[in-house]
Amino acid sequence: MFRFLRKKKAVEASEPEVSEASTPDPQPEGEAASEPADAGHEAVHEAVPEAVEETSEGNEGGGAGLFGRLRSGLARSRGALGDSLGTLLLGKKEIDESLLEALETQLLMADVGLEATEAVLERLTARVKRRALNDEDALMSELAEVLSEILGERHEPFSLAPAEPFVILVVGVNGVGKTTTIGKLAQRFKAAGHRPLLAAGDTFRAAAVEQLKQWGSRADVPVIAQGEGADSASVLFDAVSAARARGADVVLADTAGRLHNKGHLMEELAKVVRVLKRFDAAAPHAVLLVLDAGTGQNALAQAKTFSEVAPLTGLVLTKLDGTAKGGVAFALAKQSGLPIQFIGVGEQADDLRPFEPRSFVAALLGAEAP
Amino acid sequence: MFDSLTERLSTTLRALGGKAKLTEDNIGETLREVRRALLEADVALSVVQGFLDAVRTRALGMEVSSALSPGQAFLKIVHEELVRVMGAERAELNLAVKPPAIILLAGLQGAGKTTTAGKLAQYLKTREKKRVMMVSADVYRPAAIEQLAVLGAQVGVAVHPSQALSSPEAIVRDAVVAAKTQLADVLIVDTAGRLAIDDAMMAEIKTLHEALAPAETLFVVDAMTGQDAANTAKAFADALPLTGVVLSKADGDARGGAALSVRQITGRPIKFLGMGEKLEALEPFHPDRMASRILGMGDVLSLIEEAEQKLDRKKAERLATKIKKGKGFDLEDFRDQLQQMKSMGGMQGMLEKLPGMGQMAKAAEQSLDQKRFVHMEALICAMTPKERRFPDLISGSRKQRIARGSGLQVQDVNRLLKQHKQMQKMMKKMGQKGGMQKMMRGMGALMGGGGGMPPMPPPGGLRRR
Repeated sequence: MFRFLRKKKAVEASEPEVSEASTPDPQPEGEAASEPADAGHEAVHEAVPEAVEETSEGNEGGGAGLFGRLRSGLARSRGALGDSLGTLLLGKKEIDESLLEALETQLLMADVGLEATEAVLERLTARVKRRALNDEDALMSELAEVLSEILGERHEPFSLAPAEPFVILVVGVNGVGKTTTIGKLAQRFKAAGHRPLLAAGDTFRAAAVEQLKQWGSRADVPVIAQGEGADSASVLFDAVSAARARGADVVLADTAGRLHNKGHLMEELAKVVRVLKRFDAAAPHAVLLVLDAGTGQNALAQAKTFSEVAPLTGLVLTKLDGTAKGGVAFALAKQSGLPIQFIGVGEQADDLRPFEPRSFVAALLGAEAP
Repeated sequence: MFDSLTERLSTTLRALGGKAKLTEDNIGETLREVRRALLEADVALSVVQGFLDAVRTRALGMEVSSALSPGQAFLKIVHEELVRVMGAERAELNLAVKPPAIILLAGLQGAGKTTTAGKLAQYLKTREKKRVMMVSADVYRPAAIEQLAVLGAQVGVAVHPSQALSSPEAIVRDAVVAAKTQLADVLIVDTAGRLAIDDAMMAEIKTLHEALAPAETLFVVDAMTGQDAANTAKAFADALPLTGVVLSKADGDARGGAALSVRQITGRPIKFLGMGEKLEALEPFHPDRMASRILGMGDVLSLIEEAEQKLDRKKAERLATKIKKGKGFDLEDFRDQLQQMKSMGGMQGMLEKLPGMGQMAKAAEQSLDQKRFVHMEALICAMTPKERRFPDLISGSRKQRIARGSGLQVQDVNRLLKQHKQMQKMMKKMGQKGGMQKMMRGMGALMGGGGGMPPMPPPGGLRRR
């Protein structure tokens, strides 16, 4: 709590306009009103030191409910893509080749990738021709339509099924935010009335276990860990046993970050999956691949290689609150065949949001709520 | 995942085949392919544009070197330009200041700053024999301070203890004092990951920079970063006077276009690559290797370079004129050929470097006795210059002497002489029309393999005609 206060003061000093947020009121009004279920963990996350990241944007979003928060989280992404499109279209009354070319540039710069960009433009031009669109509003709404379609084709929200316990394995390359995602998911599940348990499967990186334990204590969720250098599969095995013994219904299993082209590390991950299956043939019930939104086209290679060793069920796109536009989401939706299930738009616990194609596209293009 | 640029370019480059000069018309399509390759490698679009302009300017009107096909020449320009943009020379850390020399690390969340701090400590301690101290100014991420402490213990360097409750500025000021009293040569300051658009956090690192006056301010960036690398790098470079870049996670299979973007936008050299999870896995950055990787070119370039450097063009030309004049191909020439081939890494070495020829190299390994080339050379070396020029001189007693001198048998001498005779015949034919192809066939005979063997490169290099 003190850490949080201290940090808030530091922010206050440098940025007077956020003084409202720095009063140690654990429940921002707007948020609590629109989302009563979140009220409980709202209090928890306010105590998180990362709360300093909540700058003026965070507050604006607070009152606008779910979409507003998403939008504010994506504000910079939107700013970059949406605004530049706006400038592009400003004063243009006709849709011509150069406009489409400029659109291509914008999509490429958002990491949409060549293949997906070409697909988007192809669909767009086809429609432009067919419907004889002739102004920028129509073009923008068609673009939004095309983009949401691409994301919607594979869309599948995350859901917990009854299992004893439901095991969620979280995998990804180094530094994408696996442990942070688990911490946020734990708070989300806890708030929704589940009894989560965390398994510190990252036994390699220095202080990874410590990091997960801190998240555990924030969310008031038990953490099963062994020492550093322990066998990851054995930790997870222990954790699942512990979950059964304690009646936990969700196990969130952390794993060490591994580059997907390291054969031995991927083999280790395959072993983790095998060991979990010994407990319950259906386990792991969900395998989430965490991807950094700043990642370029390599995200596709990551999704492909990880799915070869672990039965991936969904993707988590983190760090969308930066200037990264997360355009790789479109390439992923097109090529990986995996649904994006969560996106991280900020450092607070409830900034990990279920992925919703339409809102995502709308927020990205700066359109109004659908 | 991606076709290598070389393969992708092969069609467009074929169009360049017969051209003696590169012109706007004949390189347009090829440039578009290079653009695609760069974009797929995640080079920022703005950087791609500028880069292509530079390549176009250089390539236009360029005379195609005689040792290279126009396509190869074009690739070479692209590659050289990439190397140039990324800084032709390796940049070292500059720690020549009054100790403690301070290294400040900055970057986004999850870029690998803490790990890089540990690796730098290891590098400076073991290779430069520096007395290193580290300190973590990351009071935000859970367990970041512990992580650095663990790394410090692994490397065996001091880590100044930080409290998560203190302000980063107070922590680093303390650490500088501690580094001075403990006579540390280098103080590595790890900082929290921050978004470039987070004004409060950027202001914080500016304060840290002012308080520390670091000798090196390194921007740590993930090699897998996409287009955003450009924005981030610019924002960090605007906020801080960066002195260099560390490209982390470069051991992944990302093509690393971020390296080019960051280098171009910050104007600062890339000083290190993070090449693995071990603490030793910090490598100096080599612009040429990164260039090949971004282009996905395999080793074709090194082959091109080798061909240029090692094939002695003058010798080849001398041989060509000699043959044209109808003069004989003597053993001296034969030896030159053998040596040139050897300097290119032998038949296999060359085949392995060509895309799609890996299989061939294996086949060659099975059917070719590499030692035979060595033996042939030894035999020729055991001859007198006169014998080399006039092989007909070699009588029975001379053969015995040569065999002894080369450590081989008289039969080997005979075989060499026979092969030389065959080659001589071929060379004569080569002077005539259509002779080249016949010569190729003859080469197969030289290598003792029945058909199926790839032809040896004709004198003069890898010209594809």
